[in-house]
Amino acid sequence: MVVAWVMVAVVVGSIAFHLLSPWWFPPLASNWGYIDDTTILTFWITGIVFAAVVLFMAYCLFRFRHRDGNTARYEPENKRLETWLVTLTAAGVIAMLTPGLFVWAQFVSVPEDAMEIEVIGQQWLWNYRLPGEDGQLGRADNRFVNFDNPLGIDPEDPAGQDDYMIIGGELVLPVDAPVRFGLRSVDVLHNFYVPEIRAKMDMIPGSVTYFWATLTQEGSYEILCAELCGTGHSYMRGGFRAVTQDEYDQWLGTQMTFAEFAS
Amino acid sequence: MIAILAFLTVVALLVLWWISRQGLMVKPWLETDSVATLGGADQPRLPPAQIGLGIFLAVVGSLFALLISAYVLRAQLGDWRGFPLPGIVWANSLPLLAASLALEWARVRARHGDIMLAQAGVIGGMGAAAVFIAGQLWAWTILTANGYAITSGPAGSFFYLMTAAHGLHVIGGIVALARPIAKIRRADDVAAIRLSIDLAATYWLFMLLVWVVLLLVLSGWAAAFLALCGRIIAGSG
Amino acid sequence: MADIPHDASASAPPAELGEMELYHPRSWWTKYVFSQDAKVIAIQYAVTAFGIGFVALVLSWLIRLQLGFPGTFNFISPEAYYQFITMHGMIMVVYLLTALFLGGFGNYLIPLMVGARDMVFPYANMLSYWIYLVAVLVLVASFFVPGGPTGAGWTLYPPQAIMSNTPGQQGGIILMLVSLALFIIGFTMGGLNYTVTVLQARTRGMTLMRMPLTVWGIFVATVMALLAFPALFVAAVMMLFDKLLGTSFFMPTLVEFGQQLSYGGGSPILFQHLFWFFGHPEVYIVALPAFGIVSDLIATHARRNIFGYRMMVWAIVIIGALSFIVWAHHMYVSGMNPYFGFFFATTTLIIAVPTAIKVYNWVLTLWRGDIHFTTPMLFALGFIVTFVNGGLSGLFLGNVVIDVPLSDTMFVVAHFHMVMGVAPIMVIFGAIYHWYPKVTGRMLSEGLGKFHFWVTFVGAYLIFFPMHYVGLTGAPRRYFETTDIAVVPDSAMALNAFISVMAFIVGFAQLVFIFNLVWSLKNGKHAGGNPWRATSLEWQTPKTPPEHGNWGKELPVVYRWAYDYSVPGAPEDFIAQNQPAVAGREAST
Ligand code: HEM
Ligand SMILES: [Cu+2]
Ligand SMILES: [Cu+2]
Repeated sequence: MVVAWVMVAVVVGSIAFHLLSPWWFPPLASNWGYIDDTTILTFWITGIVFAAVVLFMAYCLFRFRHRDGNTARYEPENKRLETWLVTLTAAGVIAMLTPGLFVWAQFVSVPEDAMEIEVIGQQWLWNYRLPGEDGQLGRADNRFVNFDNPLGIDPEDPAGQDDYMIIGGELVLPVDAPVRFGLRSVDVLHNFYVPEIRAKMDMIPGSVTYFWATLTQEGSYEILCAELCGTGHSYMRGGFRAVTQDEYDQWLGTQMTFAEFAS
Repeated sequence: MIAILAFLTVVALLVLWWISRQGLMVKPWLETDSVATLGGADQPRLPPAQIGLGIFLAVVGSLFALLISAYVLRAQLGDWRGFPLPGIVWANSLPLLAASLALEWARVRARHGDIMLAQAGVIGGMGAAAVFIAGQLWAWTILTANGYAITSGPAGSFFYLMTAAHGLHVIGGIVALARPIAKIRRADDVAAIRLSIDLAATYWLFMLLVWVVLLLVLSGWAAAFLALCGRIIAGSG
Repeated sequence: MADIPHDASASAPPAELGEMELYHPRSWWTKYVFSQDAKVIAIQYAVTAFGIGFVALVLSWLIRLQLGFPGTFNFISPEAYYQFITMHGMIMVVYLLTALFLGGFGNYLIPLMVGARDMVFPYANMLSYWIYLVAVLVLVASFFVPGGPTGAGWTLYPPQAIMSNTPGQQGGIILMLVSLALFIIGFTMGGLNYTVTVLQARTRGMTLMRMPLTVWGIFVATVMALLAFPALFVAAVMMLFDKLLGTSFFMPTLVEFGQQLSYGGGSPILFQHLFWFFGHPEVYIVALPAFGIVSDLIATHARRNIFGYRMMVWAIVIIGALSFIVWAHHMYVSGMNPYFGFFFATTTLIIAVPTAIKVYNWVLTLWRGDIHFTTPMLFALGFIVTFVNGGLSGLFLGNVVIDVPLSDTMFVVAHFHMVMGVAPIMVIFGAIYHWYPKVTGRMLSEGLGKFHFWVTFVGAYLIFFPMHYVGLTGAPRRYFETTDIAVVPDSAMALNAFISVMAFIVGFAQLVFIFNLVWSLKNGKHAGGNPWRATSLEWQTPKTPPEHGNWGKELPVVYRWAYDYSVPGAPEDFIAQNQPAVAGREAST
């Protein structure tokens, strides 16, 4: 008996907690609002299912609790009911999956005109490489990493000479232009994670992974590492600022290129 | 992960075939038996050891399929360089084949009740398998001496890992062959001896099969063959 | 309706088949220590699993101390913290849950429930336990080697797992890998037993579709484990090669302390594929036995046949098969080819359908039942709530786009604890309250049991439900402290402290449980052979606890399925599986 009421309390409590909770995604700062929408849709569907299942169960517990003279009904199965339930469940799953896959299709197709930048993780520091005048990044490989070339830029590749290098400093990017974040690591796995952007991706030594986003809100954000990378993992933070294109160009001018760094 | 998925598909098909004969569609609540309806004996069942071996081979098969999967996944990355298989590795197939044949022969002899000949077959199999192991060790020595050590590159590491895994299973098989021999020495029940030789022969056949697949994969023939199939399909379609 | 003779087994045809040579213990040692009796092995497995599980519980307290009250406990360094979470996670998943469900419940219940005298390969069964014990000891040893146990996270991702800035990279990681390899070898020996016993040693009349769902769940989980564990084995061996022999299976060219290491050419992603090819089925290796057991608990204590038995069986088989093609949903943001996301999100959400059916059928079994709120039933209900909750949050993480912001946050930690931590553990507790009378001949105290249930259920829900919301704010998992993260508000830290307090309360309730286990051994009510008036064979043994060989002179013969509860016209509200029908059928509805 008590159980039935506790079940009701669980449902009511969970929903109340959800509605009153001050804990939610941080304010969005990129184009990935669709991710939030899909999440909210999923909250609705799963919330309804949770409430329906647990409340129905609570009803059963109350109504069919053991009392003298009460006997259970012998009913091995009910084809029709089961078919209905399967159909409904499948419909719910499709309702959640379909928008998800559409958004994913956007996630995997980087816009042609995206600006290419590179984030290079290292225990426990964030480094960046931004294209110089030629608008592209030179080749890079961990084989080339040494004291004078901490990001492993191929010294033979002319396209790499004018790349701007930021070692451990703040990352600044322009708003309203799509950016392709190429991700590399010189040692272990890391993960470039800015909660306000929503998108994130692991960084793997030996390959270049990527995601893309368009920043929509100017402001300062914190970069977190979201893949365990050794003892200092939770202290691997970085600063990140989204600014207007003009401010970006100005800031870029004050940074050092690979050629300058090497000499 | 292609190899393991292909392997599991085969396992799944076997399971499906088996399950389709188990009456999974019956409504058990309608099938209550009385003493009369349940009379008579059960269907004769296979000895548990045989089923056990079958399942064990599925586990071993999945182990090798996973190794091959890992190999293929790695080989697909850009910078893959092959590993020269020395002739001795190819030649080594012969003793393994001989071991398998000897055990097949022992299987047939045991079925006919010629226990002594069967024993000769088992011992012959053991000998041939020992030659195989020696040959493998020799191959490793040659390779290492020629600069193809285990750390010489991904392909080399895979070669050593996969042949070591296979070799350990072969050694395990040699040790297991002591069982039928012990049974024969103790003059156990003929049926028990027959079963034990049967199991051994099946195991060795499987080891031969794994070896052939490994050779095809490591030599690159499997990849070449699949590429050819791909081209034929693409050409015809 | 004709009455049913109660000593039906006397008139049943003798079982000529299915008898096998039974091993006979000769001394105290071979009876209780190096025993080949599955029931003794089961208890050995269970005690060992609980022992090491207790270590993992204590570790969870230490983790919660740090997360709830960062900066207060100076003895917890970041190194120690990472070692705690790694050992906590690995022990809970592999050494506690897997070992307990398959080695513990599997060993005890399979032979009894299918009407066999023992497992088919008792010697291998014994070896299985001893190898498991060695694996546990090797794991424990890693706490005492220089550098301590590994702190690489239970996923042991390379390159980090074997590099210098990860705690335990000297001896700890090696012992961890060796211990896992041993565990897998030991498990394979046991697993061959469980599967072949189900296939070949069922007693006369026990068709597959008459088996209790417990056996189905354990059986399919075992088959999955046999096929999935080799992936972990291969991964562990390859990593050992990388660590000890200097190969580069998983190690690309990389730099440490400004120096190029001698590694090169390996692929870290390869490890992740292998790991999750084992890791995802592992979730169901833990879940399927729980599904099976909870079905039987609900049917017995609601006095009603399990609703949709056939669907339940099919769902178990389908879930088992599908779970081999969803592994990469753990790798959506791993940097693998992002196009895989389409495939794996789809397969993952498809699994939700058979899983949901199981949930419906549990609840529909309660509908029009005659529900007795015994302790096992309460735990079964607790399982349904937590499993539904955890399963639904899984739909977030399986749907690839939603996983992108949520992966590697506390949301994930909350999700998997709900679905594969709390839910299966609820079933384990329920099962222990249910079968303890068979194992010992005495009932566990119901009063203590109810106390245990309420604190555990309410407490665990209060730990893990709010934890999802900590994750939503963006707090990453595996963080030594989340205090100074810009997006995590101070209020979330207060929530963290609350969660930690609840974790301690729940933890202490487990001490009450352990006390109950020990106390009832001598002081529990005498149970009799079939205290829950259940139908399945284990309750029909001639002696309780069942003696060696289980069945006395003759094997039982099975005439019906395991769910004849409240059959109309029957004199009692259950008919045991070994009672023959007399005048045709009692009921057909
Ligand atoms: C009272 C019970 C438990 C509490 C309070 C608890 C708490 C925690 C906490 C706080 C973490 C670390 C989160 C982080 O910082 O990333 C963790 C990790 C983990 N727990 Fe538990 N846990 C409990 C029981 C369980 C159970 C029963 C399981 C079995 C499935 C389990 C499996 C894991 C796993 C796999 C990890 C991940 C370890 C890693 O990140 O490498 N836990 N637990
Ligand atoms: Cu990190
Ligand atoms: Cu999974």
